[in-house]
Amino acid sequence: MARRKPGRREQILKMMLYPLEWLEERSGLVGAVRYFLFRKVPGDISWGHTLGSASLTAFIVQAVTGVILAFYYKPDPNSAYESIRYITDDLTLGWLIRGMHRWGASVFIILMFLHMGRVFLYGAYKYPRELNWIIGALLLVLGMLEGFFGYLLPWDQTAYWATVVGVNLQATGPFVGPFLGNVLQGGTDLGPDSLARFYSLHMLVLPGAIAGLIGLHLYLVIRLGVTSPPWSPTAAGRPQPGPPPAGRSGLVEPKPRGARLR
Amino acid sequence: MDPHRGDESANHPAPTLWPVGFAVGIACIFVGLIVSTIVVAVGAVLTALFGFLWIRDVTKGYQAEPPTAAVEPEPVPSAPPIPADRGGPAMPEPGEGEIIRYPRAKFLEAATLGLGGLIGGVVTAPVLGFTVLPPFIKQGHPDIDVGALDDFAENKFVITTFLLDPKQGEVSRRTAYIRNNGLLDGNPSFTMLSNRCVHLGCPVQINGLPLDNQKKTESRNGVEVDRIPTAAAAGFGCPCHGGQYDKEGNRTAGPPVRALDRYDFLIKNGRVLLRKTYSVSKVEGEGANAKIHRYPLAGPGQHIDGIEAWLYPIQPPGK
Repeated sequence: MARRKPGRREQILKMMLYPLEWLEERSGLVGAVRYFLFRKVPGDISWGHTLGSASLTAFIVQAVTGVILAFYYKPDPNSAYESIRYITDDLTLGWLIRGMHRWGASVFIILMFLHMGRVFLYGAYKYPRELNWIIGALLLVLGMLEGFFGYLLPWDQTAYWATVVGVNLQATGPFVGPFLGNVLQGGTDLGPDSLARFYSLHMLVLPGAIAGLIGLHLYLVIRLGVTSPPWSPTAAGRPQPGPPPAGRSGLVEPKPRGARLR
Repeated sequence: MDPHRGDESANHPAPTLWPVGFAVGIACIFVGLIVSTIVVAVGAVLTALFGFLWIRDVTKGYQAEPPTAAVEPEPVPSAPPIPADRGGPAMPEPGEGEIIRYPRAKFLEAATLGLGGLIGGVVTAPVLGFTVLPPFIKQGHPDIDVGALDDFAENKFVITTFLLDPKQGEVSRRTAYIRNNGLLDGNPSFTMLSNRCVHLGCPVQINGLPLDNQKKTESRNGVEVDRIPTAAAAGFGCPCHGGQYDKEGNRTAGPPVRALDRYDFLIKNGRVLLRKTYSVSKVEGEGANAKIHRYPLAGPGQHIDGIEAWLYPIQPPGK
């Protein structure tokens, strides 16, 4: 009896893994995910390197909460404000989902800026990663456009007049400005067409573009690898400092540079 | 003769483009069934014409006397077939005097790209048009009846609010500051300022005392107009960024780039009608004797005179 147990465990394990194997055999997706999640990164990376993933997480939160809000939101001048009030005041946990979407928008932008700052200060935008910097800059612009188009949707006085100002600001651009203003508003004034148009751009066009660019961004990150910090001795080709002498705690004497993670 | 290899003599039909025209004709017939009989007729003509040409091409070999075979075709071994990576070219080299063939692969490639491009273009053009054109077409509004001549006391601004398009509802509510300037050469003169700030479009407020208790609401033909008389109006101010205007709409302080826009007006059967909006660079003088420097309507923040106006050479139609 005792001998049969490991065999049964193996059988159960095999049964549980069967769907994964089935998938892997037909698509190679399991290997791809493993390759993506368990790829090698430099040993001296820090928490600063997680800001990109944090931005991605913020985007996913925005996408999911946005889809849920779209269940209830009505992009019509006569009912938009009321539908927002309904979501916030009457729906169970509606205040939470709307709050997540509302504050998450700022979090998304802030995290993108921090991520950008980390990449800039570490020089991670340099050859061969220039293209990824450009894609990142586009993502930042698209993210801020999301903010601009989303701001109108509550359809209260603040939303309305802030958007009037924003659109007119863009309409003061030279030569094409006045035309851009008309296209943005769907007419000469901010009206019913503007609200539906902003909604469509906010929830269909821009998120699609952002998701696509995030895919490209990640592809390049995986293809080119993660950069070491500029002070990394490994990356600079200097010899690895040895481990601190035994018997010393390292608290009295400062450790040699680069030895922190060892 | 080997039945699987066909007749390899010279009466192979040459490649022909007529089937493309034939297909277009068939497509025309189908489209015409929906659109109009004329298109069906055109499609039928095309189909018949290209069908005839196609058949003529295909049957060319049978029409004329087949040329006497000068060389006996080499005996071709039957099965097994030669793998694609070995053996000679599938298509024999063109003989002397034979027109150089247009390779099938090249034709298919060009046809795929060409037809794909055509379909893409046919689909994209109307979609792009629908995306871009509506904001520029059928803008503007009909004349709006804002009240009788007597409803506007002389030299007092009346805050007049109305719906530009009642079908759109509250979102199309606009405000005009209307002042009866009395008579000019025997004709009524009005100053009708738009409340849209010419900085960035916020609603300009009156620097004075709105007499809310004398508010009058008038409804004519389903269009509602509110009129609130005012006292001691010293000018106008914008709550957003602090732009200030005097009683004629001239900028006195803050970021606006010109004077307030004005409405054209029309007096018809004793009623005051509010018409299109125009832009004003500045106003000299006051009331009925004011000299208004008038320009076509421009958006807020856009210069209409001076060197900065060069930045806005063309205004979109329909304003």
